[in-house]
Amino acid sequence: MSGAERERVVVAMSGGVDSSLAAALVVEGGAEAIGVTMHLAGANSRCCSLADADDARRVAERLGIRFYVANYRERFREEVMLPFADSYLAGRTPIPCVTCNTRFKFDYLLERARVFGAARVASGHYARVDVDPSTGLRRLRRAVDEAKDQTYFLFQLGQVQLRALEFPLGALTKAEVRDRARSLGLVTAEKPESQEICFVPDGDYAGVVESLRPDALPGAGDVVDGQGRVLGRHEGVHRFTVGQRRGLGLASTGRRYVTGLDAGRNRVIVGRASDLATETAWVSDVTWVAGSPPPAGTRARVRVRYRHEGAMATLVPGCDGATRVDFDEPVGSVAPGQAAVFDAGDVVLGGGWLRGEPSE
Amino acid sequence: MRAEVVASMERALREVWGNPSSVHAEGSRAREAVERARSEVAALLAVEPGEVIFTGGATEANNTALLQVAPALDRGRHVVTSNVEHPSVEAPLEALEARGWEVTRLPVDRDGLLDPGDVTAAVRADTALVSLIWANNETGVIQPMASIAAVLAERGVPLHVDATQAVGKIPLAIDAFPIDLLALSAHKFGGPKGVGALIARRAPVFEPLLRGGGQERRLRGGTENVPGIVGLARACALAREELSSRETEYAALRDRLWRGLQEKVAGLRRNGSPEHVLPNTLNVTFEGTAGELLLQALDLEGIAVSSGAACASGSIEPSRVLLAMGLSPEEARGTLRLSVGHGIDEAAIDRVLALLPDLVTRVRAAETA
Repeated sequence: MSGAERERVVVAMSGGVDSSLAAALVVEGGAEAIGVTMHLAGANSRCCSLADADDARRVAERLGIRFYVANYRERFREEVMLPFADSYLAGRTPIPCVTCNTRFKFDYLLERARVFGAARVASGHYARVDVDPSTGLRRLRRAVDEAKDQTYFLFQLGQVQLRALEFPLGALTKAEVRDRARSLGLVTAEKPESQEICFVPDGDYAGVVESLRPDALPGAGDVVDGQGRVLGRHEGVHRFTVGQRRGLGLASTGRRYVTGLDAGRNRVIVGRASDLATETAWVSDVTWVAGSPPPAGTRARVRVRYRHEGAMATLVPGCDGATRVDFDEPVGSVAPGQAAVFDAGDVVLGGGWLRGEPSE
Repeated sequence: MRAEVVASMERALREVWGNPSSVHAEGSRAREAVERARSEVAALLAVEPGEVIFTGGATEANNTALLQVAPALDRGRHVVTSNVEHPSVEAPLEALEARGWEVTRLPVDRDGLLDPGDVTAAVRADTALVSLIWANNETGVIQPMASIAAVLAERGVPLHVDATQAVGKIPLAIDAFPIDLLALSAHKFGGPKGVGALIARRAPVFEPLLRGGGQERRLRGGTENVPGIVGLARACALAREELSSRETEYAALRDRLWRGLQEKVAGLRRNGSPEHVLPNTLNVTFEGTAGELLLQALDLEGIAVSSGAACASGSIEPSRVLLAMGLSPEEARGTLRLSVGHGIDEAAIDRVLALLPDLVTRVRAAETA
């Protein structure tokens, strides 16, 4: 390769303040950083817009590093956007950021890094990686800034990936990140936070599902109670999420929540708040950060959605990649399609996908 | 940009600062510089100075030809073109379609070549003009313009040629071709960006695209970009002096690159006619690769190549031109455009040959992972 003997590190740069500072910290660390913006969603998306790519390019220019845009639009549509729509249509509540973060931000970027002669990838995620002194294995740990922690989206990372990853912001708070970005004169220092799912910029999930799968829409169906009595009509199960209260259009009095979605019969099932609580959750396609499951009976704090503080539970890993989660106390609004992430203290053990029933 | 061009522009910036439209001595000096430049551009193309209209580049020249000259021809509302045109031709044609014009887009063959017979057959009584790219910007393929122009002249149909890639690389003495309109850009042959020209021969008086102070014989408003025009002229002069040696020199380097690649890399195909092609261009598909990734990996090693069509964000989409030539989307995706030019020598070619085989292997490994 070229004369420079510095280690090459690819930095995922979105054009936001976090990944901008991550790039700056990689440069400070003495490595040869190469900035890459991933072009994922189309022109209507908030993320990967022209302006964001330009911001990332300006930061790269300021830091004196190479910068490229990587076009993954087709793959992103196939592997993230369409499955997102299909999941809603199957009566689940998907969380596409997990696949995006694991496959795109790390696997695909790592492939690209290796072509570039770089062995490592850094990102502006709020998470930490360290080595377990007793086993020598890499650990995925929650960020120091609890409010910004992003490990919920990163639970699928395994040993191979963690060995090649850097999270330069893991020990910083958001306020510190902004301060340092400001003092470095990065143009992105004051950029607002990105919220929600990048390709659903205005929160209109149903509209996105409808434009992605116009031929697969369920049409109108019944809203029923737990006994199957019809209480009203709805415009398609993809418009609902377990735990949802608004938008049911029911005339009857009393607070009702969506407690289940039956895509097969295109039914929205509603009930009382107490019907939402569950003592046991089944989690499928579980991956373990260490590479193998812990013994049955392992205690963990289980998060069932982003920003969920977690609930204490006992884990019973099965042999088919599924794990049963027995909560100490009933937990509300466990929505199939979301991720369940298992923590031991601030260490992420692993996680998988919530499903409705053990046999599903 | 060539050093000679930079020097001429620097001199113009320092010494020729008047406005060509001003009556005072400085203005007169600027006017003289612009008119001398006009003669220089005309000389390269063997046209009359009065047929040269300076523009902000070939995009403006193409827009002027299609949106302003074509309607003024008063012949009809039909245009014949190809399906491998540059966006600066395709976009104005789409604008004409939105106004009710009809456009016939002729296909190219696997080699990227048009059949002159197809052009003749597509021309109708209401055809305003035929607009064709002379040398393709991605493949370098040179269309059989002499025979096309001859047939169209016989039929009395005006011809507009986008010669952006051809000027300065192959002889274009258009007095030998009955071409009516021609677009060029300075930066494609050693000149500065943001300046070019429309050559308009036998053109009717037309409404300017940019209305203003009546510059360029009332055909293009706006104060002249004097340093740019001077730079364009210097690049034209260099092209005229060096054209024949450039052709041989570029072709030898390009062929060295292609021979070396064939020896060292498996799974290659060269796109476009190897005979009817610019001397500097080599368009190659590396099977099972992503051109975008190869391009970026080469750039990291200090070697600049192109692939597909970069959009404004820098993201690369598969080339329309290659798809039109019958390549699959996967083949189009795995394609690089390798160009030689001023300042490239055998050592540079050999450096590419030393790096590329390993990069191709790495990209193929990543693509199948």
